[in-house]
Amino acid sequence: MDTPILEMRNITKTFPGVKALKDVSFQVQKGEIHCVVGENGAGKSTLMKVLSGVYPFGDYSGDILFEGQVQKFTSIRDSEHAGIAIIYQELALVPELKVYENIFLGNEIKNRFTINWNETIKRARQALDKVKLDVNPEAKVKDLGVGKQQLVEIAKALSRDTKVLILDEPTSALNESDSENLLHLLRDLKVHGVTCIMISHKLKEVIAIADRVTVLRDGQTVITLDAHKGQVTETVLIKHMVGREIDNIYPVRESKPSNEIVLEVKDWNAYDPQLGRTILRDVNFNVKKGEIVGFAGLMGSGRTELALSLFGNAKRYRVNGEMFVHGKKANYTHPQYAIQDGVAYSTEDRKAAGLILIQDVKHNISLANLRAIAQRGVVNENAEIQVAEKYRTALNIKTPSIEQKVSNLSGGNQQKVCLGKWLFVNPNVLILDEPTRGIDVGAKFEIYSIMNKLVEQGMSIIMISSELPEVLGMSDRVYIVSAGRITGELPIQEATQEKIMALATN
Amino acid sequence: MSAVNSPNAGPLSPVSGTQAAPSFLASLRRVLQENIRDYAMFIALFLIMAFFTYTTNGLFLSSRNIANLLNQTGYIAVLAVGMTLVIIIRQIDLSVGFLSGFLGALAAIAMAKYGLPVWLVIPMVLVLGAIAGLITAYPIARLGIPSFVASLAGWLIYRGLLLVVLAGTGTVIIADEIFNAIGNGYLPDFLPIAPGVHTITILLGVLAIIFYIWSEFSNRGKKQAYNFEVLPMNLFVLKLVFVTAILAGITWILAGYNGLSWTVVIMLIVVGVYHFITTQTVLGRHIYAVGGNPEAAELSGINVRRIIFIVFASMGFLASLSGILFASRLRSATPTAGTLFELDAIAAAYIGGVSAAGGVGTIIGSLIGALVYTSLTNGMNLMQMDIAYQYVIRGAVLAIAVIFDVMTRNRAK
Ligand SMILES: Nc1ncnc2c1ncn2[C@@H]1O[C@H](COP(=O)(O)OP(=O)(O)OP(=O)(O)O)[C@@H](O)[C@H]1O
Ligand SMILES: [Mg+2]
Repeated sequence: MDTPILEMRNITKTFPGVKALKDVSFQVQKGEIHCVVGENGAGKSTLMKVLSGVYPFGDYSGDILFEGQVQKFTSIRDSEHAGIAIIYQELALVPELKVYENIFLGNEIKNRFTINWNETIKRARQALDKVKLDVNPEAKVKDLGVGKQQLVEIAKALSRDTKVLILDEPTSALNESDSENLLHLLRDLKVHGVTCIMISHKLKEVIAIADRVTVLRDGQTVITLDAHKGQVTETVLIKHMVGREIDNIYPVRESKPSNEIVLEVKDWNAYDPQLGRTILRDVNFNVKKGEIVGFAGLMGSGRTELALSLFGNAKRYRVNGEMFVHGKKANYTHPQYAIQDGVAYSTEDRKAAGLILIQDVKHNISLANLRAIAQRGVVNENAEIQVAEKYRTALNIKTPSIEQKVSNLSGGNQQKVCLGKWLFVNPNVLILDEPTRGIDVGAKFEIYSIMNKLVEQGMSIIMISSELPEVLGMSDRVYIVSAGRITGELPIQEATQEKIMALATN
Repeated sequence: MSAVNSPNAGPLSPVSGTQAAPSFLASLRRVLQENIRDYAMFIALFLIMAFFTYTTNGLFLSSRNIANLLNQTGYIAVLAVGMTLVIIIRQIDLSVGFLSGFLGALAAIAMAKYGLPVWLVIPMVLVLGAIAGLITAYPIARLGIPSFVASLAGWLIYRGLLLVVLAGTGTVIIADEIFNAIGNGYLPDFLPIAPGVHTITILLGVLAIIFYIWSEFSNRGKKQAYNFEVLPMNLFVLKLVFVTAILAGITWILAGYNGLSWTVVIMLIVVGVYHFITTQTVLGRHIYAVGGNPEAAELSGINVRRIIFIVFASMGFLASLSGILFASRLRSATPTAGTLFELDAIAAAYIGGVSAAGGVGTIIGSLIGALVYTSLTNGMNLMQMDIAYQYVIRGAVLAIAVIFDVMTRNRAK
């Protein structure tokens, strides 16, 4: 094997109260696809931020060698200059700007004093060609789907002379076909000599694409595995990540759903005045007590909108139709009434709509149910601490203390805080929108186990998920949503990936 | 909160309670470094006061001047408290200066012209203030109009109304002594034991100190029970001694003049109540949540519109209280009352550490901000500095305070 293009030696990085990386060493060969896996909070994102200069030289200890040279990046600009580009999990495009403006943002092509827009557009086309994205460079980014936005980000990275491309959980918000597309593109880039480092919790895609895989655990390198020597399999990865084996990541449930219908929705329609179009049409479905109902479909098929419109309609769609909770007609004009009535919704977008990032873990967990720990409007802080500690333990939230700001947690742990908030509300009907997005395998198993326990105790769960294996593994029944309509209902015994995909795309 | 017991290594070393006690100075430096944002305002206030005491040969720190300074702070502090909540929920209210002037004028007219009794006038004006706040909130909460615009409209309207109601008479003199006592009177002294010393004030000061020490200890106990980090014992004692000394000093200075004024009592009650609401209650949590992330707050079952109405109503209420304090202090209503009050309140809130990004800010901080702001005015007046330069210096202090705040915040990331 030739010399590595990139080497990180003995990297240690500390945050107040946390040693995020302890003496991590990591090598990447030129032209390989190198995956980094590990549990939530293992230090994957931190390692990549060190590499790309987000945490500048001096903020960590250890050496970074790139193309044989010791590098002392003091900012992202430095690392970009050297040929390293990073794409964060949260997309960093400006929604209101056009595609070509985004691609050359911060790297504008200038005449003497002005920007050369014609050249910009031409070069943007070339960059888009490289990622095989067929969109008009003059379209606004906000009008593209997430999958395409992701590709625009990559085009942006490639528009500079990028030698190493770092992707932090690029597919966590993508549907199957967009993910396929992306993996395909990475293989293609590899042929053209671009080296890729990819962080992912989706082990299937890691296995499909990686040349080598490095596993991190608790801020340390556990092992680097070589796919070409047949070392990379799901069991091996899980064992190194979690430290134990998990045979079946979908735990078996003891109970069967009852026949009692808890939630029923009839002829539900919704019109979004902002988009100026109908987003839900003639939706009919029901949920039984003690049942997990999966909602499958493509991204943008209207499942989130359906959930939001039922859960107090915070987006103020124009809705008509009927909704019955425990046989009683429900008409929630605000999420607070839905929550009071035992209906809760956990959002898919934890940063924008789920968490108060500037507040600490305990305040976030208690937020939706403060009255339960308050007497005459005064919050009992001791009770709050107990509640927060309870969910921190139950969900295994990795944080130095419950007084840590949520913005300082790793992505997966933020997701767990979101879930904790709704578990504390303890509703009768819990709508989970992409509940395991960005969560590691071990923690997924724990969350599935908790879901099972809740359902056994009589809760009903609506699980909106774009991960078909998860839908198939956890649901009692599956509804398939496509373009704002329910296009099918399958009992779990009859549901298969093929059938669901066929219904989801019709 | 972020005090750490570890002596060796840099400021980033992990928490560990088992190591040997660090040297006193090392841990002091470290606590100051890590909590610089929390202590900075107090330090700034302290430095400003020391500076003026020096340049005025001690005149600044005289009993008479401190009493005067606190009375001047009253109507700004009250506005700053309300403004803090408004800014926390990512809004602004420009209308409150002239609203306070207008309502002060209404109070004066109600008493002088219509002979209404003071016990009726004050509640009436306070209620009007809250209603005015609700009116400002309506377009903001219901129609999504930016609060800058909605309250700018209020600014113009109340300014106009103030001129309208005083049009016939010009300045209206207030004769009611009870009303005027609010801005000029002092607590009576029931048990005079020594001449020139206000016993009740001393008594209240001692009570405040006891309460402070008790609450610090009970807080510390609770934190330890949950294994949270607390200050090392020597620093904890230092903090207690320091704050106690300040409280005792203020008490002593005030007791040497006329004791506590009604303005200070009202200001302390307002600060106390709002501090309690923001730190202890469900409502307070909801306000911070709306400021931190309105969308997440809404989806957590918090009625964001309702919070906007409540916060603006409270702002209107406090604007009217501020108007009463000011009119009472001047014993009259004038057509220029309230001019620029809103900007003073906003400046005080920002000096006190609120963030325009929302969700951040404390009532105590804004009180300190208001004190910093009035200390500057008061001190520069004592120095007989040209008013033109006074503006420049106040502006510079505001800029420095906010720059400092932003920089320490970024570093904390
Ligand atoms: N800015 C920060 N301040 C304090 N602690 C931090 C900060 N960023 C990360 N951490 C901590 O460092 C550890 C590693 O976090 P990191 O984000 O690298 O995890 P990760 O492996 O990417 O996890 P995930 O799979 O959940 O994204 C976590 O324990 C996290 O709480
Ligand atoms: Mg991460």
